[in-house]
Amino acid sequence: MREDVSGPVDLANWVCPMPLRDSPTIVMGHGGGGAMSGELVEHLFVPAFGAAAEAGMGDAAVLTVGSSRLAFSTDSFVVKPMVFPGGSIGELAINGTVNDLAMAGARPLALSTAFILEEGTALAEIAQIAAAMGTAALGAGVTLVTGDTKVVDAGHGDRVYINTTGIGVIDEGVDIRPQRASAGDVVIVSGDIGLHGVAVLSCREGLEFGTTVCSDTAPLHGLVAAMLATGADLHVLRDPTRGGLAASLNEIARTAKVGVALVENDLPIPAEIRDACGLLGLDPMYVANEGKLVAFVAPEDADRVLAAMHSHPLGTRAAAIGVCVPEHPGMVVAKTALGGTRVVDLPAGEQLPRIC
Amino acid sequence: MKYLDEFSNPQLAGVLLERIRESATRRWAIMEVCGGQTHSIIRHGIDQLLPETIEMIHGPGCPVCVTPLGMIDKALDIASQPGVIFCSFGDMLRVPGSSKDLFRVKSEGGDVRVVYSPLDALELAQANPDRQVVFFGIGFETTAPANAMTVYQAKRLGIKNFSLLVSHVLVPPAIAAIMESPDCRVQAFLAAGHVCTVMGTREYPPLAEKYEVPVVVTGFEPLDILEGIRRTVIQLESGRHEVENAYPRAVAEAGNPVAKQMLEDVFEVTDRAWRGIGVIPRSGWRLSDRYREFDAEQRFAVGDLQTAESSICRSGEVLQGLIKPHECAAFGKQCTPRNPLGATMVSSEGACAAYYLYRRLDLPAEVAHA
Repeated sequence: MREDVSGPVDLANWVCPMPLRDSPTIVMGHGGGGAMSGELVEHLFVPAFGAAAEAGMGDAAVLTVGSSRLAFSTDSFVVKPMVFPGGSIGELAINGTVNDLAMAGARPLALSTAFILEEGTALAEIAQIAAAMGTAALGAGVTLVTGDTKVVDAGHGDRVYINTTGIGVIDEGVDIRPQRASAGDVVIVSGDIGLHGVAVLSCREGLEFGTTVCSDTAPLHGLVAAMLATGADLHVLRDPTRGGLAASLNEIARTAKVGVALVENDLPIPAEIRDACGLLGLDPMYVANEGKLVAFVAPEDADRVLAAMHSHPLGTRAAAIGVCVPEHPGMVVAKTALGGTRVVDLPAGEQLPRIC
Repeated sequence: MKYLDEFSNPQLAGVLLERIRESATRRWAIMEVCGGQTHSIIRHGIDQLLPETIEMIHGPGCPVCVTPLGMIDKALDIASQPGVIFCSFGDMLRVPGSSKDLFRVKSEGGDVRVVYSPLDALELAQANPDRQVVFFGIGFETTAPANAMTVYQAKRLGIKNFSLLVSHVLVPPAIAAIMESPDCRVQAFLAAGHVCTVMGTREYPPLAEKYEVPVVVTGFEPLDILEGIRRTVIQLESGRHEVENAYPRAVAEAGNPVAKQMLEDVFEVTDRAWRGIGVIPRSGWRLSDRYREFDAEQRFAVGDLQTAESSICRSGEVLQGLIKPHECAAFGKQCTPRNPLGATMVSSEGACAAYYLYRRLDLPAEVAHA
């Protein structure tokens, strides 16, 4: 019988690997995609769900139905501001779930859309977001097949929250999951990093950097299809959203118990992103992306995959940024531009701009 | 960024490293005063590339680290009060007070906001006349001018619902305190370039003379730091102890006269407690009598808060350069960025955080994988 978890949560007994006792209430870091997000799932949701939870709940589940394998994923979107340079919460809601499916190697088929709307929100604003969703879905080749709408009292929401859930089909022979990362794999990122996070931040905080940085939000399943079409053995795919490249690489390294060795100079970081991050004291490796993927590819296939990516509009700036190594399992280490080394850790919660 | 990439050039860094190697004939211990320099050194691996004869000692120049616990607790108390909008730079939100941090206050319903300029907080005060808006004014001479300007503007505009929680500290008295310590091992200083951008370099010759210690004003990019070290080593090797400006693209001898005038108008020098170090005489600023009405400590009557530091945290010794972060028994065990015992572990400029984030591989196994 399942343990009764209806009483107060005993935070003091959470001792592995890092207790949450320093935070008995939800703080913003729990949604940051870093260590705190992971601990919330590991220490609260999974034990609470008990036997009802499938081990290793990832961004996308793989379900076997008859002879077919289906990818199944859900995501919620609460971005502020809702409209930003290069997109809106509407595009994110479609592309985000499409990408979660694509990272399992699936061809996305259909999405559900659920809205939580705050009383008083302008219909025109919702219409604009919905139109963006329609356009994005058409562009991604998915259909919106079911949905739901709820309204909460004024002051009890932030105008528009959107959940999308998606389903897709995984072709035979495709086996993409973090556990498959192995020593020797080449680590590839599909293009410039940090664009989405800086675009939203610049808009949210009224910061101006001299140039407008646009979000990179995009559906990535076409790029993944091009990579798979090479016949290469893709071991792992991940879209480095919240927590950025650093969080994704750390999660893969920990899951597969391998080390990741990056070459800092090989990271594609546009000058304006480096400048903005430098100004704010942020590290581009921790900044969110919404249209990039990171791939772990068998070494003999890396050149082929890179060539295929370079031929796709969403992969023209793809670059090999490092390799998977047997040393320092579970850790990501970068060779600095000057030739030193440093650890690239999993972010705790959200990155904070520094004082000076 | 123009004029930035040039100062990270690996080939030129190699040349400077070679010159440092050639110059250093014996062991030297050099303190970089500023936490921003500490992070640059660790993040770029400069300490790994220097010859073994050069030891970098990390100084107390992290504004978040040295803000005393009592001041953090005052911030938490004020931020928890109804009707208050408490504004701060981002990296103060995770610094632990005696029982919690500003993130916790926010999660409990406190209106805590991250701003990028104190002037943003003043705008909030104008937009919310029925609320009290408080800005947490911490930091060295670098951040002080903008805070002074904000209070000056508040007075000029007659804004009554804005106040500043002031915990500003000054670099030269800290250098003197470090040199006065009987355990001091520091033989030369890299002075913080951005502090000197405001204050100029004229405060340093008396220190260099009195303590017979070279002071080289240094920037923050890898080549800036290597050039600062190179010049320092040359002075040490030749027995000189002078003030040199290795950051002339940003620092003038007289500093920024407008900023200095604003500081003189709004602030006055006071004794100030430094977290982990204690009270250093005449080492900080408080609001001068003309602007005392904007003092949040007075407005919210938080003068008598009692505080308690962790008994096992050795951040004070880290801040004074007496031990390296991993030499503290709590490092990486009881004390991590997630559960920091001292501010040096939580601040983005703190030496303990730099070692934990970037350098765990080089540390003994028991702390590397803690």
